[in-house]
Amino acid sequence: MAASLLSQAMRRCSAHVCAAVAVRRALSSGAAAPSVFTRFLLKLSHYFYDVENILDWNGWLRTQAIIRKNRLFGYAQKNFGNNVAAAYYILTLRGSFRFAGQSEWFRPDSRGRFSYDFMSTPDAQIEEVDLSGTLINHNGLENLVKQNKLRTLSVRGCPEVDDWFLAHLHVFGESLVELDLSHCSRITVGGLAALQNLRKLERLDISGLPRLQNPGLVRILLEEMLPHCQVSGVEYEQGLIQPDSQEQTEDHHEASTHTGLRHL
Amino acid sequence: MWRKMFTSVPAFRALKAPCRSFKSSSRGPDKDFFKDLDAQLRAFRDKAAAAMPGSDWSPIELTPGLPPERADVVIVGGGVVGWSIAYWLKMKARVRDGLRVLVVEKDPTYSQASTVLSCGGIRQQFSLKENIMLSLFSAHFMKNINNHLWVVNEDPVDLQFNHSGYLFLASEKSAHIMEENYRTQRYVGAKVALLSPSQLKERFPWMNTEGVALASLGLENEGWFDPWSLLNALRRKAVSMGVYQCFGEVTGFKCAANLAETTDGEVLNVQRIKYVNVRMPNSLEYQPVECAVVVNAAGANSGKIASMLGIGLGPKESVSGVPLPVEPRKRFVYVVHCPDGPGLDTPFLIDYSGVYCRREGLGGNYITGMSPEETEEPDISNLDVDHEFFQEKVWHHLANRIPAFEQLKVSSAWAGFYDYNTFDQNGIIGLHPLVPNMYFATGFSGHGLQQSPAVGLAVAELILDGGFKTIDLSAFDLKRILLQEPILESNIV
Ligand SMILES: Cc1cc2nc3c(=O)[nH]c(=O)nc-3n(C[C@H](O)[C@H](O)[C@H](O)COP(=O)(O)OP(=O)(O)OC[C@H]3O[C@@H](n4cnc5c(N)ncnc54)[C@H](O)[C@@H]3O)c2cc1C
Repeated sequence: MAASLLSQAMRRCSAHVCAAVAVRRALSSGAAAPSVFTRFLLKLSHYFYDVENILDWNGWLRTQAIIRKNRLFGYAQKNFGNNVAAAYYILTLRGSFRFAGQSEWFRPDSRGRFSYDFMSTPDAQIEEVDLSGTLINHNGLENLVKQNKLRTLSVRGCPEVDDWFLAHLHVFGESLVELDLSHCSRITVGGLAALQNLRKLERLDISGLPRLQNPGLVRILLEEMLPHCQVSGVEYEQGLIQPDSQEQTEDHHEASTHTGLRHL
Repeated sequence: MWRKMFTSVPAFRALKAPCRSFKSSSRGPDKDFFKDLDAQLRAFRDKAAAAMPGSDWSPIELTPGLPPERADVVIVGGGVVGWSIAYWLKMKARVRDGLRVLVVEKDPTYSQASTVLSCGGIRQQFSLKENIMLSLFSAHFMKNINNHLWVVNEDPVDLQFNHSGYLFLASEKSAHIMEENYRTQRYVGAKVALLSPSQLKERFPWMNTEGVALASLGLENEGWFDPWSLLNALRRKAVSMGVYQCFGEVTGFKCAANLAETTDGEVLNVQRIKYVNVRMPNSLEYQPVECAVVVNAAGANSGKIASMLGIGLGPKESVSGVPLPVEPRKRFVYVVHCPDGPGLDTPFLIDYSGVYCRREGLGGNYITGMSPEETEEPDISNLDVDHEFFQEKVWHHLANRIPAFEQLKVSSAWAGFYDYNTFDQNGIIGLHPLVPNMYFATGFSGHGLQQSPAVGLAVAELILDGGFKTIDLSAFDLKRILLQEPILESNIV
């Protein structure tokens, strides 16, 4: 009897299963491999719509968390000034910063707690910010826009930093000297083009950006665009020659750089 | 309950059938008879199951892909504007199946739709407050596109957005207009900067600044993106929310007519659309779709749709004698190759001569073009490209501005139709007084792609809330055409 029930249930599901499998196949292989748990949920979602809903909520909750973390600190700005609000925002994200004219850095401890000393100097402007590995995004950047002395910004390995974030950096066009964008998985060359507004930039780190197809070429183009800027983290040859592609290995011996350029 | 399930026909048979064939195979001579019987029984079972209520089997042969017989809102035209309206209608209706929305598109390949033939640019450098706000909203939409358009179990949307601003150049004559526009743009919230010729030379050393008196450069929220990705993302999301799509052509309407009198005594023939006739591709068959509201988002074709309702066919000087002033206008886009051309900092350049140019990819390719003179509009019966036009009109302006382009090769070209509003080159959004249930969203004349996310919301608000909530677009109402009061935009490309 159980078998008959099961066969009935299976038949009812089969149409949906086929569709779901087709969808899964169509998923590009480029995305990072999901965790075992996510894979298990995805597998279940082939059979049950409810699991699909749970996955949906999961994504929604994550988005909400990012929105909450990056909301505008309007209350703090109004009552304590832009500088204190910016400092507070950086610390709540577990980033660290240094005021202009001071040498020590403010950073939270390993459990995210921090002292409120920065509130005693409401006029001090922030000069260096290290937000590596935090959840900052283009909305959160709004909290920092009044820091027109900002010279150094590091967003190394920030998963929410995307091209729109880079496009918003023009607000620091007159001050930013050093920018570290390494290991941000969402940055593409379309966003790097917006760095042309940072006329004072002298050092730029673009290592480990997985979505750049031709990092070497992008480096050349960036150096041409920002003549005073030293671009690091990428070798010129990177991406020009792909040794695993067959047709290229053939004439590789003759003129390697030449073939590489031709394939652009 | 349990017994009912057990005896329910298909499951029971399914379990029994393999047993019987197993038994019969051991018996030898009876094998054929049982096998035959088995096959026949199976065929009968399939037929019976297909005829059960709830299946789509019917004794008459039907064309596949027919639209539903009834819908609340029928959207004519599945371009980016049509799908955006469908998405926002569903989004605002909230309840699944609370609103039946049907999108009718005549060409599943989109071979002539302006959406996929456009340059994909977005800018806030307009002179009208409404246009700036529409485009700002759309930029905001694209910024958060995956919060809007992501579908569970699918890849996130990637618009391939390239963040390089538009650079408008003004001559001595037009510099004061640019300054005025700049003030409006800053006031509404766009991030734009003015550059003097010397600043311009310093920023873009590859440019010849001769004749330029002033330039304005977009700093943020401007650039270009892949129109296909936006169209597909909107469509995918809308379909996942339950919008019906149908490939067929709208050939006519069935209306109920009413006579109404205006205050100054003119008698109007007011028609309310009851049915939309949808003709299926490659056949003469058509299906009437009963509907409450129709949206005209047929792009360059929307003037034709309006004339199906008699708009513009009435006697001159009367309301019904004023046609919808939207017609197709052919525009050429040339892809040129120039290895020594400008690099990553290439903006979307708009010269005061009317020539535009932007980078395409990183391999030294650019796309360029310009609008012809009003008197030299090309023939619109096909989408053939006029290569002479590039040689005679475009090239010398282009090479004058960017000297490296003296040495370029045209590698390909295409043409597309602007949904050109001959009256004042701005979008037309709203109802026509003679057809109280057809909403117009058309006439965007070369900036419809970038405005589509915002326009979709505006039309959805108009339909569901009865008025604009987010952005006040009452200036774009159809009334301005009937009253002959154009609202002019100075930055038309
Ligand atoms: C060369 C060129 C460059 C452009 N560049 C830009 C730019 O840089 N930025 C920008 O914002 N905009 C640009 N545009 C303008 C932009 O493409 C259009 O304004 C926009 O795509 C209009 O969208 P739509 O959905 O209204 O029209 P369309 O995309 O044309 O869609 C209308 C659809 O309706 C269908 N249809 C028509 N008649 C019927 C019928 N009777 N029944 C059923 N379906 C029907 C058509 O098949 C079509 O698919 C450009 C346009 C061109 C031609």
